[in-house]
Amino acid sequence: MCGIVGLFLKNRALEPRLGELFQPMLLEMTQRGPDSTGFAIYRDPVPAGSVKLVLQHPSPEFDWSHVAALLTDAFKADVDHRRVHTHCLLTLAAPEAAVRRYLGEHLPRVAIVSAGRHIEIYKEVGLPIEVAEAFDLKSMRGSHAIGHTRMATESAVTTAGSHPFSTGSDLCLVHNGSLSNHNRLRRKLQKAGAVFSSENDTEVAAQYFDVQMRQGASLEQALRNALADLDGFYTFTVGTSDGFAVLRDPIACKPAVMAETDDWVAMASEYRAIASLPGVEGARLWEPEPATVYVWEGAGATGTLSGSGPLAKAG
Amino acid sequence: MAPERVFDLSAHTMRELNQALHDMTGDAPQRVKVVNAQGDHALAVGIDAPLEVEIHGHVGYYCAGMNKHARVTVHGNAATGLAENIMSGVVRVKGNASQSAAATGRGGLVVIEGDASARCGISMKGVDIVVHGAVGHMSAFMAQKGRLVVCGDAGAALGDSIYEAELYVRGRIADLGADCEEKEMTPEHRAALAALLRDAAVDLDPGDFRRFGSARKLYHFNIDHADAY
Repeated sequence: MCGIVGLFLKNRALEPRLGELFQPMLLEMTQRGPDSTGFAIYRDPVPAGSVKLVLQHPSPEFDWSHVAALLTDAFKADVDHRRVHTHCLLTLAAPEAAVRRYLGEHLPRVAIVSAGRHIEIYKEVGLPIEVAEAFDLKSMRGSHAIGHTRMATESAVTTAGSHPFSTGSDLCLVHNGSLSNHNRLRRKLQKAGAVFSSENDTEVAAQYFDVQMRQGASLEQALRNALADLDGFYTFTVGTSDGFAVLRDPIACKPAVMAETDDWVAMASEYRAIASLPGVEGARLWEPEPATVYVWEGAGATGTLSGSGPLAKAG
Repeated sequence: MAPERVFDLSAHTMRELNQALHDMTGDAPQRVKVVNAQGDHALAVGIDAPLEVEIHGHVGYYCAGMNKHARVTVHGNAATGLAENIMSGVVRVKGNASQSAAATGRGGLVVIEGDASARCGISMKGVDIVVHGAVGHMSAFMAQKGRLVVCGDAGAALGDSIYEAELYVRGRIADLGADCEEKEMTPEHRAALAALLRDAAVDLDPGDFRRFGSARKLYHFNIDHADAY
C-alpha cells in the first residue's frame, strides 16, 4: 500500500508554518503505511560551494563530533553539526562530490540520507506520529516537503529501506507501488556506476533518475524515460531544490490526488490528507492522469505537464 | 416523510454512521443528512432500506458500496470504488468519481455528474451507469450486463473483453478494447436510452450517442483457434 504526500508553498508568507501544515498530511496516511515514515524538507539553503548533509548511523550513541572533526581536518573547513534524533545535520564549505567520496572511503557505516544545498531528509522505522515527533517535524519551516508512510512489500523494514530515497543533489523520490524489473535494472545501473545502499526497489528508481540526469536529461525527460524503462506499479513524487513532480504509471492503479490554490500545491495518495490544508474548500482538485508528468518548479511555480496518455506503449 | 436526521462526521465516526443507517429498517422512507465528510472511507456502505442519504463533502473509498433500495447523493467528489457492487437504488455524485466507480454493480443506477476516471463500470453485472462527463481508460472492462452511458469522451480500451453490457458514448473515444465493437442504434435502443437519460436527469438527445457492445469473438470457443490453446 504506502501513503505519499507533498506540499509546495507558493505563498512564501506560509513558510514558517510548513511543518505545522505538513505533519497532519503525513499522519493522515498512517493506515496506508504504519511500518516506517520519512520526509524531505527543503529549507535554509547553504551558499553555493557549501553542502548540507543529513547522516545516519546504526548506533544511536554514535559520536557525530568525531565525524565533524575528521571532515574539518580533511577539507580545512568549518563544520557545523547538530544531532537530530538518530540523524545528524551537518554543513561545510566543500564540494558535495568530494565529501560523499570521503565519507564513503573513511566512514562506510555512516549513511548519507540526503545531500545538497536545500534538502534535509529524516526517516525512521515506526508510526508516522512517532517519527514526526522524534524529529520535531511540526516546528520545521521551509518551502516544500515530501513525505512517505511505508507498508513494506519488496524488502525489509529498516531505516535504509524507508523513503524518501535521495541519490542526487537536492533530489529525492517517494513511491507508492512496486517495481517488477528492479533486479535487472539495478545490475544495469551498477554497471553505470550507481552504488546501492539497500535491496529496495524504490532505491533503484531513485538511482535511475540520478543516472539519467547525470547523463544530461532534464527532470521531465528522466520521468518520461522512466515510462519505458520501469516496469511495475507506481505513483512517484520527486522533490527538487525548487519544486516537485508527480508521475503515475500507464495503468494507474496506485492512487493520487492533487489540489492547488493561490497559496500552495499539494499531492497525496488520498484526499483526506489534503483536507486539513487552509483554503482547501476553494482549491482546484484533480486526479493526475496516467503516464503524464506534472512538474511544479521555480518561484512562479506554474504547473507544466506532458505525457503520452494512459496505456500508451512507452518507448 | 420522516423528519431529517443529521449526522456530523466531525463528531461521529464512519462506523457510528453506518450502524445508524443499518438500524433504520422498515419500508417507510427516511431522510439522513451527513455533514463534514472529509474524504472518509466506506461511508453509507451496506444500506438495506429506502433511505434518502445526502452526504456533504468529499468521500473516500467505497462510498455507498453494496447499496440496496437507498438513494445516496454525494455533494462532492468520490474516491476509488464508488457504489461498488450496488444492488439497487440510486447513487449520485455531484462532483467527479475516481477509479472503479460502480465496479461489479448488479442493479440500480449510478449517476456521476462530473467525470469518472479509469475502470468505470469494471465487471459490471447489471447496474446502469450515467456519467455526465468523461470516463478514463479501461472503462466497462469485462462488463457482463447493464448499461454504461458516457455523455463526454471515453478513454483508451473502452469495453475491453466485454461480455453483454451495452455502452453508449456521445463524445470521442480514444480506442475500443479487445472484442468491443460499434453496434447499430435501433429505435428500441434509442427509446431505452431516452428513458435512462430521463432517470438520470440528463437533458441530451439520444440521437447524439453511439452504441457499443461485444463482438462475441473472445468468449465463444472457436474450433478454428483450437491450436492456439
